[in-house]
Amino acid sequence: MSGAHGHVEQPATFSFTPDNLAWAQKVIAKYPPGRQASAVLPLLDRAQRQHHNWLPRAAMDYVAGLLDMAPIRVYEVATFYTMFNLAPVGKWFLQVCTTTPCWLRGSDEVMAACERKLAIKGTGDASFHHSADGKFTVREVECLGACVNAPVIQVNDDFYEDLDGPLTEKLIDALAKDQAPPKGSMKGRKGAMAEGGRTSLHGMAKAGGDR
Amino acid sequence: MLEDKDRIFTNLYADGDWGLAGARARGDWDGTKELILKGRDWIVKEMQDSGLRGRGGAGFPTGMKWSFMPKTTPDGKPLDGRPHYLVVNADESEPGTCKDREILRNDPHKLVEGCLLAGVAMGAHAGYIYVRGEFYNEASHLELAVQQAYEAGLIGKNACGSGWDFDLYVHRGAGAYICGEETALIESLEGKKGQPRLKPPFPAGMGLYGCPTTVNNVETIAVAPTILRRGAAWFSSFGRPKNVGTKLFCISGHVNKPCTVEEAMSIPLKELIEKHCGGVRGGWDNLLAVIPGGSSVPVLPKHICDTVLMDFDALREQRSGLGTAAVIVMDKSTDIVKAIARLSRFYMHESCGQCTPCREGTGWLWRVMQRMVKGQAELPEIDMLEEVTRQIEGHTICALGDAAAWPVQGLIRHFRPEMEQRIRNYKAALQAKAAAE
Repeated sequence: MSGAHGHVEQPATFSFTPDNLAWAQKVIAKYPPGRQASAVLPLLDRAQRQHHNWLPRAAMDYVAGLLDMAPIRVYEVATFYTMFNLAPVGKWFLQVCTTTPCWLRGSDEVMAACERKLAIKGTGDASFHHSADGKFTVREVECLGACVNAPVIQVNDDFYEDLDGPLTEKLIDALAKDQAPPKGSMKGRKGAMAEGGRTSLHGMAKAGGDR
Repeated sequence: MLEDKDRIFTNLYADGDWGLAGARARGDWDGTKELILKGRDWIVKEMQDSGLRGRGGAGFPTGMKWSFMPKTTPDGKPLDGRPHYLVVNADESEPGTCKDREILRNDPHKLVEGCLLAGVAMGAHAGYIYVRGEFYNEASHLELAVQQAYEAGLIGKNACGSGWDFDLYVHRGAGAYICGEETALIESLEGKKGQPRLKPPFPAGMGLYGCPTTVNNVETIAVAPTILRRGAAWFSSFGRPKNVGTKLFCISGHVNKPCTVEEAMSIPLKELIEKHCGGVRGGWDNLLAVIPGGSSVPVLPKHICDTVLMDFDALREQRSGLGTAAVIVMDKSTDIVKAIARLSRFYMHESCGQCTPCREGTGWLWRVMQRMVKGQAELPEIDMLEEVTRQIEGHTICALGDAAAWPVQGLIRHFRPEMEQRIRNYKAALQAKAAAE
């Protein structure tokens, strides 16, 4: 469950766009007949994408109707999984990993840079913190699964890796101008290869090196 | 050291095209039809002979797991009318672990081909790959790889022209560590909260939609095609007996150059860190401790790290585990109590809330560990903390309770003097303050 504390202005209705409805029908067909409830995660995700990256109650009811599920079953799912935002988030949603592997590599500095740049405070829990202009939302999250490239921030769908304080500030500056840098390592490292060059698979390297 | 010719994941660093053409150039989808035509029993036997143990953490022998799936008619129809399912666990969320991510984004066809062969080996005509929701870009690569495989006739009806029908679907999760537990994953795939099921019945008897199901880790499935092509004897020639093969290691934390690398099983931990990661920050003597297999396994102090081998049995002998082979390195600058306390917070956050010992116990551990970080505790509370971990361990439906208990137990086992010193220091500071007033 994410962000559903306090009153949230809810839209009265929700329905998929024709494109999303066609997409939903294809997703439902991935599962055996009568097992359409399996599509609840992908459909809620799509609903959230259609609705400015947050999931209103009307969308849960709509998905329940599409999948012939009791609404409470959909509410259970929407509140169990952390990726469903039950309240509005900014255009840039920064999920900062602070679990031990990221913490060892300096996630405290990354979080401090977020607090400083966006003038937010008290990020030491899983709640949402919004910048004054509402453009950014910051949230502390658990392991994102990119520990070799720690510390990591997930911005909307993309991971930004190998961060430190200054690189985080640079990232936020770029996002403030709506110029998201290329995803991946902010240090220019190639994937999960050791920085400065490979220690295996030498024969696979293309001319021009590893950077 | 493992030679490049014996590495399975040759596109680990995204040197080539991750799509079908690149995969074929690297030797994937070569002779798949012939492997299928050798039949279910041959595949299972070869996997058993290879000695492959599951790469998701528990290390259960893969061939044996596949053999638990019920028999089918000679033409691959289920005997009792219930279809068989393969489910691949790509819900990689164990802190420290980021190996499956590289397979999904750089070598997805190894996984797709592996699914087909595993499907044949368990009489399954359908498979679902459950990818953690945060891996949006990784899941996109996988979806495209599946689509390419369909278009090329490699999966779907009459896969590879073998006569075997096999459908494969990618399913994205939505943020829940617990869905990496196989029965929670199945619940989630059925559209419910990811809360683990009691076993028995085991998934091989009653899993997805109440049908026979086998859940395997991404890496386990992705190495299968290469094992079947190059032979069980080749794979089992690496590592020590019962701990064979090659393995993806992800080394994070206080090393000079963190990386993911494929190495032979049973490589000494020190060699792994020095050859591939440029050593520990500040040199080997600056090492404090290593968590060798992802956050769930107990921490090891330096004197064990000096000589320990990276495999299931060697690490078990040291009362830790290989887990996912996610090596988290901590140098002497680390506040070890805080590092473990942060893991306690992780387990509190990720407990699904179903079993009382875990739901209540993980929060209790986190609260007490916060005090231990400051030393704001009484000495006997260390024993009480240990005792409570024993009350959580083994008293829950799934292993998350155990996973929350073990890091704290490892801390107490190896760093008790450090914890005691903090408590004494805290008391001394209080007394000094009182005296000054």
